[in-house]
Amino acid sequence: MSTAILPPITPLTKKDFQTDQEVRWCPGCGDYAILSAVQSVFPELGIKRENFVVVSGIGCSSRFPYYMNTFGFHTIHGRAPAVATGIKAIRPDLEVWVATGDGDALSIGGNHTIHMLRRNVGLKVLLFNNRIYGLTKGQYSPTSEFNKKTKSTPFGSVDRPFNPISLAIGAEATFVARSVDVFQAHLKDTLKQAAAHKGSAFVEILQNCNIFNDGAWFSLTERDARSEHVMQLEHGKPLVFGKNRDKGIRRKTDGDIEVVPLGNGIAESDLVVHDAHHPRPSYAFLLSHMEHRPGFPTPIGVLRAWDDLPRYEDVMNQQIKDVIAKRGPGDLAKLLRAGDTWEVR
Amino acid sequence: MSTITEVPLPKHKREVIDQAVIRFAGDSGDGMQITGSQFTNTVALYGNDIATFPDFPAEIRAPAGTLPGVSGYQLHFASNDVYTPGDAVDVLIAMNPAALKMNVADLKANGILIVNNDSFKENDLRKAQMTSNPLEDHSLDKFRLFSVELERLTRTALQHLGLDAKSVDRCKNFFALGMCYWLYNRSMDPTVRWIETKFTNKPLLVEANKLAMKAGYSYCEATEAFQISYEIPPAKLAPGFYRNLSGNQALALGFVTASQKSGLRLFQGSYPITPASDILHELSQYKDFGVMTFQAEDEIAAITSAIGAAYAGALAITSTSGPGMALKTEALGLAVAIEIPLVICNIQRGGPSTGLPTKTEQADLLQALFGRNSEAPIPVIAPATPSDCFWAALEASRIAIKYMVPVIILSDGYLANGAEPWRIPDVSKIPEIPVHFATEANSPNGFLPYKRDPQTLARPWAVPGTPGLEHRIGGLEKQDITGNINYEPLNHENMVRIRAAKVAAIVQDIPDVVPAGDAEGDLLIVAWGSTHGAITAALNAQRAYGRKIGHVHLRHLNPLPANLGEVLTRYKKVLVPELNMGQLLWVLRAKYLVDAVGLNKIQGRPFKQAELEQKIEELLGV
Repeated sequence: MSTAILPPITPLTKKDFQTDQEVRWCPGCGDYAILSAVQSVFPELGIKRENFVVVSGIGCSSRFPYYMNTFGFHTIHGRAPAVATGIKAIRPDLEVWVATGDGDALSIGGNHTIHMLRRNVGLKVLLFNNRIYGLTKGQYSPTSEFNKKTKSTPFGSVDRPFNPISLAIGAEATFVARSVDVFQAHLKDTLKQAAAHKGSAFVEILQNCNIFNDGAWFSLTERDARSEHVMQLEHGKPLVFGKNRDKGIRRKTDGDIEVVPLGNGIAESDLVVHDAHHPRPSYAFLLSHMEHRPGFPTPIGVLRAWDDLPRYEDVMNQQIKDVIAKRGPGDLAKLLRAGDTWEVR
Repeated sequence: MSTITEVPLPKHKREVIDQAVIRFAGDSGDGMQITGSQFTNTVALYGNDIATFPDFPAEIRAPAGTLPGVSGYQLHFASNDVYTPGDAVDVLIAMNPAALKMNVADLKANGILIVNNDSFKENDLRKAQMTSNPLEDHSLDKFRLFSVELERLTRTALQHLGLDAKSVDRCKNFFALGMCYWLYNRSMDPTVRWIETKFTNKPLLVEANKLAMKAGYSYCEATEAFQISYEIPPAKLAPGFYRNLSGNQALALGFVTASQKSGLRLFQGSYPITPASDILHELSQYKDFGVMTFQAEDEIAAITSAIGAAYAGALAITSTSGPGMALKTEALGLAVAIEIPLVICNIQRGGPSTGLPTKTEQADLLQALFGRNSEAPIPVIAPATPSDCFWAALEASRIAIKYMVPVIILSDGYLANGAEPWRIPDVSKIPEIPVHFATEANSPNGFLPYKRDPQTLARPWAVPGTPGLEHRIGGLEKQDITGNINYEPLNHENMVRIRAAKVAAIVQDIPDVVPAGDAEGDLLIVAWGSTHGAITAALNAQRAYGRKIGHVHLRHLNPLPANLGEVLTRYKKVLVPELNMGQLLWVLRAKYLVDAVGLNKIQGRPFKQAELEQKIEELLGV
């Protein structure tokens, strides 16, 4: 096998992905941390800068493309996955990332989100979940907790929230992960894993809106809480959590899971070993749902990474290639004269 | 095979006539659309000029035999020029009482009426809400009635095949078609070929349909039922190769041609909707031309995926009808703001809301011109006939690419489903569509996405993947030249004016109007879209009386042609016939301060020639 000799390339740095535009998020917003993580990860992916496209919808999160020195497209509310699908269909070689929020992706754009995932379009989707509508100044969102008191719900919201992870797994997304704005190292690692996935990669990023919903994730991000209420998933490792790694998740005989204390005859070997690569989504769904149960932790990390499904844009383009291989490239004059014709002399 | 297609020497009288209008009417399940289109194809191949009017209910299968379930297909064919499907019909084929009731009013006195008398039993009459049997109560005496046992005769003809009863009965439309071929002395060959292709894996159905058609033909031959048959010689069309083409087919072929002539991949994002779905069906077949069709999850994804494809460098289109157009509105604004090429086909139907899904209307003109938030001008183009949709697709693509702008094509249900002979153009004579992708920075400070071409005001088309052209665009207002987000008052006004000026400047690139008929005179008819045929027929008839009338049919509705204002002043009166409440009329009165009057019909049906002539005579005071 011959090896092509490529000219030396100056490696890209974080600075190469920063724009000259003034960042207009509120001081203290969690979005800054996400921007920084993405700008750090992009240079490490070995992809030319001109081949990145960042597409967004509407909302605070969707200002993201303006701050990335790549091709960027700030579209309309909820439609980023559809726009990005069109880009990928025509240019499967491009690295297309979608920045969206809980309102953008799960409310007005819910339909596009699930269809993009079921098709397995090769997009990386970063869902900034702050459980609030920030840009419109503080209404509850589809991820806000029940009975949330906001400007539009002074007596409390009466909607049950979506769990974005459950929704994505329900749509049979092939890559589903969760990270947190302030867990920089974990966030970067998660983004890298998403980047390595060929199909749709859906990453929920728990993000703090310090103006309208400050502390939405404090139960997970406060120093003590972090280890007590967060379970960090790693493929091939047992499901352990707790400040002293003294709790774990065990299978029950009925197929359900339970939280068990380690010790007193229960060892890590009795626990569920995380299998992110399982072809079926059922196990990941079980994990995604456990945070709603008393005593269970909130999982972060990669819940599901099953990359055996072809990407939508590849199948689309292959179908065209196959037809051309079978019929030969189209002949316009023949096409216009197809079917029954007659000549007038 | 040759035995069934021979046209024997007539024992009966054969009369040469110059035109006929025939309508097939039956239940939605009776195959009237297939029967009509087969007859159309045959007469078109023979060389007649044609115009068709398929008219079917929105329901796939309304209860059998009921009035709402009636489906019809009308064809006007002639040895001279045909402009309309015909006001009244010479021959009506009614497969059941409901079809008779819904259609008989359009049959000319002494016209030929063929009915399937097996379906005029008490129960059939009740379903059609008839209290007495019209075949017996002399209500049809003014017609030449041919009461034929279509079911019994079809069953007899097919009894030896061993086909199930339901399939046998479904062949009775081909028995009726065979009768019509006899009546107009037409070869059954084209339909035989179609049957053999259609049922290629079902030899029994091939045999059954061929036999039923042959039986209908032979029945006329043997029974001398009609005593007369007709001959309509070929029309004197311009020399060339012809094919039969519907409006939706024509749009599809036009876009494939635009793709080839521009060298751009064609991307269609679409969501199924009547009467636009056939464009998707057509284009999805042309993968050998690299055409990419995307059946989106909804109308919004249909257009936004197309916007994404255009951004990535494709010739992107989306096709829809009224309700879908309403859903695409916000994305249209985005396309205006980011200034990328995009073609939107609205195949208009009756509204508001779901309205009349299968019926035609022209009531989306003001929506196309103005139906977006804020100042969002979009060029609008309207095809005039089914085959003209081909040229409209090319013109829309050309403007979209040259000016970096979304373009709306306003077709309608009548054009979409109607068909006419189309002289196939020489591909080499269709002009190329030049495309200029940006390849390098356009200023010492790097790439400026809103630095415009001074001639066209188009901004550069810089597709992702091009080194050095990384830039950000979006729906927020942007600074002139740099494209950076900008909310300054004067910048916004400047940008609004630039976007308007860009669309207005397209007027330099479109031809002046040249009125048909008289270049000046007593009356000017100004119209657009599918009313072209009926107006032309009315104009010719009225001018034959020596009346001074002109006709301007607008292909470009935005911008309007440069000389239109001047042309309007050459006539004493201006008439604007439209299938709406007067939308072009509103535009013309507002823009040119002309005291034009409207002729407005909102019935889900095209104009009749007589309706136009009546209005013309009223305005001329004759």
